[in-house]
Amino acid sequence: MILTGAQILWECLVREGVDTVFGYPGGAILPAYDAMLEYPVRHVLVRHEQGAAHMADGYARASGKVGVAIATSGPGATNLTTGIANAMMDSVPTVFITGQVPSKVLGSDAFQETDVTGITLPITKHNALVTDAADIARAVREAFAIARAGRPGPVLVDICKDAQQGKTEFVYPETVELPGDRKAPAIRKEDIGRALALIAAAERPLILAGQGVVASGAGQALQAFASTADVPVALTLLGIGGFPPSHPMCLGMMGMHGEAYVNTAIQEADLLLAFGMRFDDRVTGNLKTYAQRSKKIHVEIDPSEIGKNVPVDVGIVGDLRQVLEAMLKELPAKRHQAWHDQIEHWKGDTRARDILRQPDNGRLHVAHVINDLWETTGGGAVVVTDVGQHQMWEAQYYRHEQPRTLITSGGLGTMGFALPAAIGAKMARPDAEVWVVAGDGGFQMTQCELATLQQERLDINIAVINNGYLGMVRQWQEFFYDKRYAATPLLSPDFVALAGAYGIEGHRVTRRSQVAPAVQAARSSGRAALIEFQVEKEEAVYPMVPAGADLHAMIRRPQPAVGEEVAR
Amino acid sequence: MRHTLVARVCDQPGVLNRVASLFRRRAFNIDSLTVGGSETPAFSRMTIVVDTRRTRADLVAANLRKLVPVVDVQDVTHLPTVERDLALIRVRCEDGERPEVSELAALFRARVVDVAPGSLMLEVTGSEEKVEALLDLLRPRGILEMARTGKVAMVRGSVVNGCNGNGNGHGNDATEPQSAQSGSNG
Repeated sequence: MILTGAQILWECLVREGVDTVFGYPGGAILPAYDAMLEYPVRHVLVRHEQGAAHMADGYARASGKVGVAIATSGPGATNLTTGIANAMMDSVPTVFITGQVPSKVLGSDAFQETDVTGITLPITKHNALVTDAADIARAVREAFAIARAGRPGPVLVDICKDAQQGKTEFVYPETVELPGDRKAPAIRKEDIGRALALIAAAERPLILAGQGVVASGAGQALQAFASTADVPVALTLLGIGGFPPSHPMCLGMMGMHGEAYVNTAIQEADLLLAFGMRFDDRVTGNLKTYAQRSKKIHVEIDPSEIGKNVPVDVGIVGDLRQVLEAMLKELPAKRHQAWHDQIEHWKGDTRARDILRQPDNGRLHVAHVINDLWETTGGGAVVVTDVGQHQMWEAQYYRHEQPRTLITSGGLGTMGFALPAAIGAKMARPDAEVWVVAGDGGFQMTQCELATLQQERLDINIAVINNGYLGMVRQWQEFFYDKRYAATPLLSPDFVALAGAYGIEGHRVTRRSQVAPAVQAARSSGRAALIEFQVEKEEAVYPMVPAGADLHAMIRRPQPAVGEEVAR
Repeated sequence: MRHTLVARVCDQPGVLNRVASLFRRRAFNIDSLTVGGSETPAFSRMTIVVDTRRTRADLVAANLRKLVPVVDVQDVTHLPTVERDLALIRVRCEDGERPEVSELAALFRARVVDVAPGSLMLEVTGSEEKVEALLDLLRPRGILEMARTGKVAMVRGSVVNGCNGNGNGHGNDATEPQSAQSGSNG
């Protein structure tokens, strides 16, 4: 069958199971767009290519499938890069298709030419420049295989315009043969044995669960493991949803804004079981003083992560679910009552200090907003957050029982992620209740995608947490820069009027009593709604480990957190 | 110490860029990197020397393996290997000093490959230490120009073939120049 390169592109995408792509057309990708009309693919026209990249990312995180974004050469491709870097840092399986100038003018500074494979080299798992129609099928096939394989990630295929236009015999490569041995190594029995011996000897064991739990579908196995071995579980930010907070072994989030008793437990444990996490600096604090008293078992699919930041005693390379299932066969039941009692003791007055226990005194606190959002949605929503204070409060106060229900930018910390990622999530899971939780700063970075949301008639609800500041940066300025608020006070538009301009219903909430009714009204309206929560301006997220400080040296919640006069 | 990694990579455009980009982005410190042909036309062979005081060789290898065009990576540091570095050295040499320099070169089985008024060009092949030793002796005369290839390495056949009965395998180094240079009389 003789097809154009553009047709071959879509033939391959459809065969990969792609039914939705996010993109923006332009000169160098026009042949692909023209051919698209012949294929059963829903194209979501974005307002900025960064949005397309985050949508593909949100789509992938919500569904576990590969998300696809498409853009033209030059500025189209460079606009994707923030989203590609985000997908790279958080290991999200995504494929990016970009148009490129015709092969005969490559390197001539042609109109809208940019070295896209050069630019994206360090922020992709792999990329390829295709100059010939005959190479498109193999490049696309490999892109999907690489994006999914092992530790997932973004792959970019840059296709010259003449390659899209050229005609060639279409042969679909049924198999993918990559150089080297790309299969996950077999799980070594002796490693399992060494790990089990450490577990048997441990008196204060602790599981550190990361995104690998979600990515490998290891949730059930992890619950069985924690229950059988009687080991408490601390979660990374991206591990949230991988282990239910209602489980008796669940301690909650670790790290910079984790609870102090969780971090204390990490520092005092005699065995850490790191499952599908990478010891990011936001969870370890100062590496020199991190968890000095423990042996460490690290189960991780990416061999280059084992021993990268923290030396470990047993490193097991493999799919977490398979490793846990292999361990479960021989895992003896144990009890660690003294250890649980100790952690309970460390909790101390944590609950009493919790802002949820404090009266609101007529003020609107973000923790209360998140808590009431959690209650009103029955804990069942897919929440897509932006980056900053609201993100940490969401992680602390929305209790995610199910995997893939918190979608958030972890490693890169990309402001502007929430709205487009939520559009992607909603496209992937149209039946899910999807909420955006964003700050006034991040929301304004990609608010143009409100038009995309409306154009696709998506029922997504948006909570803009407006404190009039770039709140997390302001918090650092308060703590570490003598309250010199350089460039953090932020002017925002009238968000309700802004929503109205896009034909989206808007509400403004200024008191706690209005939160639940507004949330309920938004979720029952059957269409998109935006709620602006005008919250306390100068609240800080507690507890906090200052960047680079010892994990146990936390700034704890003031007591009481509320009720005292706050200077405005 | 220094670790030697041998990587086989697909011979396609941009592979060296991917490897170099990886080293730069991960802030890996590399002493030397050589690229050349291998026994298979589709593959090139890289020899990478890592300074393990500053960069862990196992992390370099693990990260290299993640690059799609990298076929395999082996740390040969603790295996019996033949390692060679080649240097072209143009050394200051007045007319009357030629016999002296030639004699020195002969001791290192280096060859004089170019003669010019006031200078000689030597070609030397051997372990990095041997090349260093010759350079140390030539330096007082004035080294006008030098080009080194960086190290290439290959595991000895006794190990590759699975019979590691040749002691530490280093016993044959006395014969290195002949074996390295046979048939290359230019």
